[in-house]
Amino acid sequence: MSWIDIGHIEDIPLHGARVVKTPVGCVGLFRTGPAEVFAASDRCPHKGGPLSEGIVHGQSVTCPLHNWVFDLNTGEAQGADAGRIETYPLRVEAGRLLIDGAAVGKRSAA
Amino acid sequence: MTQKLVIIGAGMASGRVIEHLLDADPNAYDITLFNAEPRGNYNRIMLSPVLSGEKTYEDIVTHSDEWYAEHGITCRFGEHVVKIDPEMKVVEGENGHVPYDKLVIATGSAPFTIPVPGHDLPGVISYRDLDDTNAMITAAAKGGKAVVIGGGLLGLEAAAGLKERGMDVTVLHLMGHLMERQLDEAAGYLLRKDLEARGITVKTQASTKAILGEDRAQAVHLESGETLGADLVVMAVGIRPETRLATDAHLDVARGIEVNAQMQTSDPDIYAVGECVEFGGHLFGLVAPLYDQAKVLADSLLGQPNAFVVKELATKLKVTGCDLFSAGDFAEGEGREDIVFRDPSRGVYKRLVIEDDRLVGAVMYGDTADGSWFFGLIKDATDIEEMRETLIFGPAFQGGASADPLSAVAALPPEAEICGCNGVCKGQITSAIDGGATDLGAIRSETKASASCGTCTGLVEQLLQVTLGDDFQMPQAQPVCGCTDLSHEDVRRLIKSQELKSQAAVWQELGWTTPNGCHVCRPAVNYYLLADWPLEYCDDPQSRFVNERKHANIQKDGTFSVVPRMWGGITTPDELRAIADAADKYDVPTVKVTGGQRIDLLGVKGEDLPAMWADLNRAGLVSGHAYSKGLRTVKTCVGTDHCRFGTQDSTGLGIKLEKHLWGSWTPHKLKLAVSGCPRNCAEATCKDIGVVCVDSGYEIHVGGAAGMEIKGTEILCKVATEEDAIEVISAMTQIYRENAKYLDRIYKWLAKVGLDWVKAQIVEDIENRKALAARFELSQSVYRKDPWAEHAQDSTTRAQYAPLANLTLEAAE
Repeated sequence: MSWIDIGHIEDIPLHGARVVKTPVGCVGLFRTGPAEVFAASDRCPHKGGPLSEGIVHGQSVTCPLHNWVFDLNTGEAQGADAGRIETYPLRVEAGRLLIDGAAVGKRSAA
Repeated sequence: MTQKLVIIGAGMASGRVIEHLLDADPNAYDITLFNAEPRGNYNRIMLSPVLSGEKTYEDIVTHSDEWYAEHGITCRFGEHVVKIDPEMKVVEGENGHVPYDKLVIATGSAPFTIPVPGHDLPGVISYRDLDDTNAMITAAAKGGKAVVIGGGLLGLEAAAGLKERGMDVTVLHLMGHLMERQLDEAAGYLLRKDLEARGITVKTQASTKAILGEDRAQAVHLESGETLGADLVVMAVGIRPETRLATDAHLDVARGIEVNAQMQTSDPDIYAVGECVEFGGHLFGLVAPLYDQAKVLADSLLGQPNAFVVKELATKLKVTGCDLFSAGDFAEGEGREDIVFRDPSRGVYKRLVIEDDRLVGAVMYGDTADGSWFFGLIKDATDIEEMRETLIFGPAFQGGASADPLSAVAALPPEAEICGCNGVCKGQITSAIDGGATDLGAIRSETKASASCGTCTGLVEQLLQVTLGDDFQMPQAQPVCGCTDLSHEDVRRLIKSQELKSQAAVWQELGWTTPNGCHVCRPAVNYYLLADWPLEYCDDPQSRFVNERKHANIQKDGTFSVVPRMWGGITTPDELRAIADAADKYDVPTVKVTGGQRIDLLGVKGEDLPAMWADLNRAGLVSGHAYSKGLRTVKTCVGTDHCRFGTQDSTGLGIKLEKHLWGSWTPHKLKLAVSGCPRNCAEATCKDIGVVCVDSGYEIHVGGAAGMEIKGTEILCKVATEEDAIEVISAMTQIYRENAKYLDRIYKWLAKVGLDWVKAQIVEDIENRKALAARFELSQSVYRKDPWAEHAQDSTTRAQYAPLANLTLEAAE
């Protein structure tokens, strides 16, 4: 894995989210706890809603367009809705957010 | 042959190393022990009881001078080590050199100091060793005010100790809740409540800007502008490994001195142990791993094979009356699930974190009796699948009890107000029940509780159930969401009667079953809190739907629409030019005139919003709140200015109303209109609140709708002057804000409480009308402002609109 530093955890509000633009599309960073952040596709499989604009609760996010709820651990839609978003490896180290560059289509710098 | 062992630092870790060495082979080493403090090893964990006066220094000494002498250890106490020379294998002390065969660095940690102006004034102390503790005891003897910076383990123990010694103590904590590394929000809330009950003031999200004083610390100045008087300032914001000697000796140092599993540094003859080391990316602050390290290090020094491994850790804070426990990893990792148990009546909160049928973390507050059992499950990685359903009830549990949904009401004290309209307390209702009033009707006639607006009906029924048990059949009320069994009305009343002023307080005291709510309850609770406690509660953007968080309407393609306010539907050529310029500059694909008499710019990219707002602000335009559950527009006709039928200045009144009401949050959207005559060109009679001007004054209408349902208004009252109209409308808005269920428009809420009740409150009762209008004004003192200007000007908020990073840009090659 090639870890890329993309920012500091305090750049994301608690129970909020931010976006990172990557070669595989926008990736949402969801801060579910003081020291807990998940990385997952920003795009809802239903109608393409921007998940990073949704309400973050527990370890889930709710799409702002039609209230689909996704478990950020697995990326699976919850309840009656069927669908899945891609999740990406992310590490928090001394407050820095490190995303797996390979997983988001970033070739390591030669 | 006896080798020479030099140890730098006489703390708990190195003390344990010496004990192991002496036990195994007392003649293996000739030991010299340096310590910068003028004393030997004592139990640092027990400094808190020394501070609070429960113990003395003598009680906590681990190794006395006699003990060192008896074991032939050469003590160089009160002497700083100047440097280590690994080439010559010599330690240079202030009073002379000592050669070594093996060296152990056990320099521990140093308190972290925030480098704010004034941090070096006398009267500012850290909390690390006995000297610090004694300095605090001396300062406390004079009494006065203490400010403790840092709401972690050490800071809170210092605060409790200083309070115990009679000081007036305030704790400042940078984060949103206390001990955020060990506790989640709910446990942090309970801890804060307990500390406050003991008279300690707690301020969270408090950032220290400077410590003020001439010759010594006299006050602490916060970023918020607040200044707190202080005779003593304790800085307990954290610790960092003390690595200076190792760095100077060119050993490998990251955050701490890097060691392998044998506690050996990059120099094979130099070892390190305790808080100064870093192993596998970990630092160590609690005593259990330090003792493990000490055992490994002793074995390494004796040539025995052993290896240090990092184990799970548990934290307990034993400040009397604050019973908390936290263990394992409840904050990081993937594939995890929560089990939450809350008992509001006992102030108990428990949360377990499960991953792959194993318990990985536990947080407990109020009842920590099962802590060690849970800790055992975590350490042993026990498969808990079989006991998952009842796990949270602990090892003693046999059978199928569940959390009691009535416990929030049962926990209320007798003086808690249940019925706000008639001022009826819980005690009056329970005595009525005891006196034979066993159904809702009897309670209403006996006490008047729930006999007016009726929103407390659910609570009265729960009281009947709690008091009568199975003799009372409770009607099913619709709960807010899956996180609670309480209805919206119940939650609203309980927020008022229990004076709950934070979301964490609501979750805990009302027994939420999830850690922090969901997308259904969070916006509702956030609204209730800001409506009831406008000055105390701070609006939480992360509990708002995106439109209200970003102050623009999200569209189906993820772009936004921007609607500047046009007061009463009046605009100017300059404003129109600014709107046209903004539409050009930001490539707005669609410009539309809205039904609320203003202009909608559709298809704006999220990243462009703050810049666009700044441009619009420069032309005097502010947010139209076209996205909010709050005041939208006040639509007007042209009135007496131009119209041959107009009876009053409807445009002028519309503008005044809009300037009075804008920025206010309401349970659902709030649309107004003012028509200048009964021809009603502004369509005031299908608005939430409408004014129809007549020759003799102003008819005030309420409860219209023209959406999913179409409903004409009903007349609330008629008043003679504009001032009266504005006062009645303020009172109407406020009574709706204070009482309605989240997402009920006025007409829906009126159907529940009845227009007659509202008339009694604000038409007939003039005093109450004025009180409501005054409360509305108080809330508006916080919320009557332009969110666009705030977001565009604040660099932190503005940054939230842009991506955190862009990995699509390839570096130039």
